[in-house]
Amino acid sequence: MPLSKIWVFGEAADGKVSNTTLELLAKARTLADTVEVVTTAGGDIAAEVGAHGAAKVLTIGGTDGKLVGAPVAAAIAAAVQGGSGPDALFIATSYDGRDVAGFLSAKLDAPVITNVVDLVERDGHLAGVEPVFGGTTNVITKFTGDKLPIFLIRPKSFAAEETGGGAAAVEELGGADAAAPAVTNRFVEEKTGPSLDDAAVVVAGGRGLGEKDNYALVEDLAKLLHAAPGASRAIVDAGWVPYSYQVGQTGKVVKPTVYIAAGISGATQHLVGMKGSKNIIAINKDPEAPIFSVADLGIVGDVHKVMPKLIEALKSR
Amino acid sequence: MNVVVCVKQIPDPADPGQLDPETKTLKRDGKLILDESDSYGVEMALQLVDAAGGGEVTLVSMAPNSEVSGLRTALAMGAAKAVLVSDDALAGTDALGTAKVLAKAIERAGSADLILTATESSDGYTGTVPAQLAELLSLPAITFAKEITTDGSTVKVQRQTEAGYDEVESPLPAVVSVTAGVVEPRYPSFKGIMAAKSKPVDEVKVADLGLDAGQVGWAGAGQEIVEVAKAEEREAGTIIEDDGEAFAKIVDFLAELKVI
Repeated sequence: MPLSKIWVFGEAADGKVSNTTLELLAKARTLADTVEVVTTAGGDIAAEVGAHGAAKVLTIGGTDGKLVGAPVAAAIAAAVQGGSGPDALFIATSYDGRDVAGFLSAKLDAPVITNVVDLVERDGHLAGVEPVFGGTTNVITKFTGDKLPIFLIRPKSFAAEETGGGAAAVEELGGADAAAPAVTNRFVEEKTGPSLDDAAVVVAGGRGLGEKDNYALVEDLAKLLHAAPGASRAIVDAGWVPYSYQVGQTGKVVKPTVYIAAGISGATQHLVGMKGSKNIIAINKDPEAPIFSVADLGIVGDVHKVMPKLIEALKSR
Repeated sequence: MNVVVCVKQIPDPADPGQLDPETKTLKRDGKLILDESDSYGVEMALQLVDAAGGGEVTLVSMAPNSEVSGLRTALAMGAAKAVLVSDDALAGTDALGTAKVLAKAIERAGSADLILTATESSDGYTGTVPAQLAELLSLPAITFAKEITTDGSTVKVQRQTEAGYDEVESPLPAVVSVTAGVVEPRYPSFKGIMAAKSKPVDEVKVADLGLDAGQVGWAGAGQEIVEVAKAEEREAGTIIEDDGEAFAKIVDFLAELKVI
């Protein structure tokens, strides 16, 4: 079933292409003869995406200082309606990615298959694999109509891989004439230490920590292990730590070498975001907590007792 | 300032969910509750109406079996009224179909200055409905709001980003999706709960909205689940009870993995 052409929505920050974009390129390459990147980031990314197998960068201009969802969707819809669209569109489950998918879906009256972690062939069509119930079950969904297949794909579903290809050709994609909200200011939250995206070790805390101040246990342990601190949705919602710490269905998908879950029960919402970790260590006082079903080492005990001892032991090594 | 909030009534996430063996979609025939993700939008709407010094909050929802228990929770928090679309024809509706229904229901609810949604539901979590809704209503969308302020003609939003947040501005009316946890949803008071019982819920069918049944439900979905399979399970690990020394097991394991 090789497709002729797949478009990947390419996201970049400060000229650096996002990891997820490169992951999608790697998968798209195995499914289609030609892979092209649609982006608002400009032609500067041509070398990087070319090295990951993209033949072309289709640039969408005029989105500076605007939210990109509506204009990018307008440009892609114009191409599709003009007959020059792709056979499938891959979009990462990111803030802007979801906007693009939503706007485009309504413009083309085309459904979106969301939360995709793999793509397979079913009945001669590309179908999406999506985990449900915390990743215990997978469903495979295919499109039934003849609209542009739009897939919203989760980060870290595939490994990025260079092909050694040269810089992609750069072309402009017109038709991005849609009104969009103005971005008047950008704020970068300073985070020290490794990021959740690429840390080898992640230490995450949950409601079992009891109160906000106890999150310091997570931070102390993370520092000792050069780990990124993370959090369950429960304590993000409770305002203990910012949203950028959240691991789960909403929030980040992480796949570190070691994931330490402290006081996290393991709600579906959370498991989906960390189940792919190579090794999982869980500390929780409830022996029935679902987190233990994915743990390689599970300690049934009080985080307030285990964590300080663990921190002390690591300090004295 | 009139604010419409889209809310979903979902199976209690505390109960393990089940797929209908026939349709391979989530069973929704039991009791439904207000999706917690939507309580933040309801709270945000109530605060914005308060700050504006007038106006009301209207709920819009789509649910099977004329379910209102989740709506009553939001009405008890302080919303004034609700439009509920309940119709057997809606079974199997996907995110785009949902957006079509909600768009029509929002128009029926009357002139709104602002439309709030959650960023995604806790049971379907496609996260595409806010932008789909905006496109169908020909309105701008600002998604993932952490903070919302408005002067009645413009809305200013702090929008969550990978790196931090953006300040984003748009003329009203607009669709804004609210990130969970950014406000503290109020607990309904006893008075609120009593008052909610008599607040108006306008229950309508798909046809009342001028929508064709073929645009919603299984027929309109444009996608189909063809297979359900157990995911690969992780090998069972070692679970031990802490005897005061369990921390040493973690140290050993970390050493074995060469991270220390």
